[in-house]
Amino acid sequence: MPGSKVKFTFPRVLTARPFHYCPGCHHGIVHRLLAEVLEALDLRERAYGVASIGCACFLYYYYDIDICEAPHGRACAAATGAKRARPELAVFTYQGDGDFAAIGLNESLQAAARGERITAIMINNTVYGMTGGQLSPTTLPGQKTTTTPQGRDPRVYGYPLKVAEILAQFPGVAYCARVAVNTPKRVLEARQALYQAFLAQLEDRGFGYVEVLSACPVNWKLDPVSAARKIDELAETFPLGVFRTWKDEKS
Amino acid sequence: MKPILVKGSEAIALGALAADCRCYFGYPITPQNEIPELMARELPKRGGVFLQAESELAAVNMLLGAASTGVRAMTSSSSPGISLMAETFSYLAALELPAVIVNVSRGGPGLGGIEASQGDYFQATRGAGHGDYHFLVLSPASIQEAYELTARAFELAERYRQPAMILTDALLGQMKEPLRPRKLRIRRYPVEDWALTGAKGRPGRTLRSLFLGPGELRARNLLLQKKYRAMRREARAEVLYAEGAELAVTAFGSLSRIVREAVEMAREKGYSVAFVRPITLFPFPERPYQELSARGVPFLVVELNCGQMVEDVKLAVCGRAEVESWALPPSDLPAPEDIYRRIRRCLARR
Repeated sequence: MPGSKVKFTFPRVLTARPFHYCPGCHHGIVHRLLAEVLEALDLRERAYGVASIGCACFLYYYYDIDICEAPHGRACAAATGAKRARPELAVFTYQGDGDFAAIGLNESLQAAARGERITAIMINNTVYGMTGGQLSPTTLPGQKTTTTPQGRDPRVYGYPLKVAEILAQFPGVAYCARVAVNTPKRVLEARQALYQAFLAQLEDRGFGYVEVLSACPVNWKLDPVSAARKIDELAETFPLGVFRTWKDEKS
Repeated sequence: MKPILVKGSEAIALGALAADCRCYFGYPITPQNEIPELMARELPKRGGVFLQAESELAAVNMLLGAASTGVRAMTSSSSPGISLMAETFSYLAALELPAVIVNVSRGGPGLGGIEASQGDYFQATRGAGHGDYHFLVLSPASIQEAYELTARAFELAERYRQPAMILTDALLGQMKEPLRPRKLRIRRYPVEDWALTGAKGRPGRTLRSLFLGPGELRARNLLLQKKYRAMRREARAEVLYAEGAELAVTAFGSLSRIVREAVEMAREKGYSVAFVRPITLFPFPERPYQELSARGVPFLVVELNCGQMVEDVKLAVCGRAEVESWALPPSDLPAPEDIYRRIRRCLARR
């Protein structure tokens, strides 16, 4: 159309397959953003993704790039092996909070501490999604899950694990941010964070980490709109923002 | 080439280097630390990658990541560490990754001890992880063989797109012997048709083991089983003095050397005793057992465990001849004379 500008095209990195995610789930938005960033950085031909467990394990259906599957929690270790073997690859992991912060916490922290040149994306929806909504390390105090039917009691189950705040202390971490995708503005900020996290790897700065507060309407037992609003409540415990970036550091 | 005096563990590391291993990931555990230590010195010099992982879990998953890119990679550990890797062993087999895993085993169960033991035979040959899968398992009996079989493991792993394990023990790992580190002809097989190296000029590629569609997992399993059957052609054994034997004594790995000495003592005294040593533990070399048992030759199976390989021997013999097990739990290292006396008792009973 004359005078009009193309603002969006379908990312080449994405396959045409429709997402299988539940209505109101934020995986679809994050997938799209990740695809846009991979394309913006021209990484299709050297991207290496690590698919983990849970709802996002079907990552390989949606991206036209090389993807390997890792066992529960071990994505950061597998990514380390791939990156060390072939440093020219742009290696990323896509993990849930259970995968990254419960069963895989050691591998995640150690890879970050080593400053592995990889990019880790943690989808934090405060529950185990695919297994049916059980307690996760990031479940909020008082939050009801199938294994905390009375709500998470911190005296029994402790307090939510704030992964971004932990990783921000690590000198090996070049970029660390927590974002959300429940408003258009936050979607753009999330895109920028993903971009920076890959840049940290491509510029050989260190470990890149993006945590995305993400809705799980089915396990939260909310409709999609209420679930998206609940993200604001999550952000009180898990504040949004950039916690560490190599750009702040004196070179 | 001039021989060098090295430990078994060092010979394994040198064998890996001879096969152009590019990446090593591991976590220290006795009695195999000479392997990571040698790799830490040598790999970076050759442009390769050495990384000490935070655990055996991390090490074997780093191996998974590196192997998925088509690069020759290895990890090594000892019994308790190998147990920790078991989950990922299942994934390595499922993703059909050519990776080499070394188990310089020690006594168990549990923390056990650091003496020689063959207690991990089941773990190695039956698959320590979940699901229906197998590793290729090679078991050296000398330091020269430790060097050569480790190098060969890389070739076989690549040929079958299949994890391969070197199963040895503290005895062979810690003793010293002359090694001729000769150049080995280790073949390469193409990795370009499956390795994850970035989707340059081709569609994206996936290495996965999750199959939810109707019949998909069944087809996947049948395909893997077909490969395991094809691997049978790699079965190898050392067979001595089979002709006219009245008894066959069989053992694998380091213990087989003591057994062989005992067999030779018996032969010097005029007894007709054969010696059979499996070199591959999976596939198990059934043929010599079938041939000897078809002639009615009974077997004496000697193991440094509570009786594991005897099951494979019985399967191969298939009721055609007697199979006697002499199982020696950890710390029970026999002298050749002990085995010789046992051989004589076996023969006297016949």
